[in-house]
Amino acid sequence: MSNAVSALDGATYQGFCKVQEMGLVGMITLRGDLGAAAMAKAVKAVTGVAMPGQGAVTTGKGGTVAWMSPDELLVMVDHAGADAAVAKLSKALAKEHALAVNVSDARAVFHVTGQAAREVMAKLSPADVSALAPGIMRRTRLAQVAGAFHMLDEGTFEVVCFRSVAGYVFDVLANAAKPGSEVGVL
Amino acid sequence: MLTLHCPNCGVMADETELHAEGEAHIKRFGPGSSDEEFENYLFERKNPKGVHFERWRHVAGCGKYFHAARNTMTLEVYGTYSAQTLAPPKTLVNAIKKKHPEWEGWA
Repeated sequence: MSNAVSALDGATYQGFCKVQEMGLVGMITLRGDLGAAAMAKAVKAVTGVAMPGQGAVTTGKGGTVAWMSPDELLVMVDHAGADAAVAKLSKALAKEHALAVNVSDARAVFHVTGQAAREVMAKLSPADVSALAPGIMRRTRLAQVAGAFHMLDEGTFEVVCFRSVAGYVFDVLANAAKPGSEVGVL
Repeated sequence: MLTLHCPNCGVMADETELHAEGEAHIKRFGPGSSDEEFENYLFERKNPKGVHFERWRHVAGCGKYFHAARNTMTLEVYGTYSAQTLAPPKTLVNAIKKKHPEWEGWA
C-alpha cells in the first residue's frame, strides 16, 4: 500500500491554546437507518461503543462514534484498522439499506487544547460553545468552511474538517489562538 | 439575525449555518397541467408582510431540510417543523391565529 500521509503531517501551533493536527486518524462515514436494531448492533460489535443519540458522541476503547445527521454517523477508529472496520460493518449491515465508506484520507482532525479552548472555537463558529460539554457533537461551520467538533474534556476540542480545507482550518484556528487575542469571556 | 431550531438535529442554528429555500408547501404542477397552473407553480410566490411559511436547509449542520413559520415584519419565529409534511401542524397554525386574529390563514 502507498505511504499514507495526513493533510498537514502533524503541524502544531502554540498560542494561548495549542492547535495540533492529529496525523492519521481512521474515519468511516456510516449512513442508514440509525433507529434500526441491526445498525446499533453492528456499531457496537465493531467499535464496542453504544449508538449515540441525537447530537451526541460516544467514546470507548474501540473508537468514537458521532451522530452527524438523522441518517449519518462518523466512526473514528485507528487509521490502520479503518478498512477492516468498514468490511465488518458492511458485512453486518449487508441486509440493511446502509453504506459504510472509509473517508480517513478525505478528512483532517485537529485538537485545540488549553484553558480557553472554548474561546478559540467560539471565535470561528456561530454555535453556542458555552453550552457545549463533553459528549455533544456540533456540526457547524468554522469561519467559511464546514466543520464539526466535540469536547474530549473541559480543555480539549476535537475538530474534524475536509482534508481539502485543512490548511485553511489550521490557519484560522492558529489565528484565533494568537497570544494577545484572548477575549476572556468563555 | 435569525436563529432557528433545527428539528432534525435539535440544535439552535444561526442564520449563517442555514440556507433559505423559499416558500414552503408549494404544490407541483408538471406534465398535463395547464399553462397557468405551471406558470403559477414556477414563478408565483407569496410575499407577505407578516406570517410566512418557509423551507430552510441546515446546510452547515445536518444537511437536512425543515420548515419554519416566521413573521417577515417583526422577524418573530413561531416555530419550526419537519419538511416531511404537506401542511403546517394544526397546533402551530392555531397559535399563530391566536396571536394574529386578522391573519388570513396559511393556504
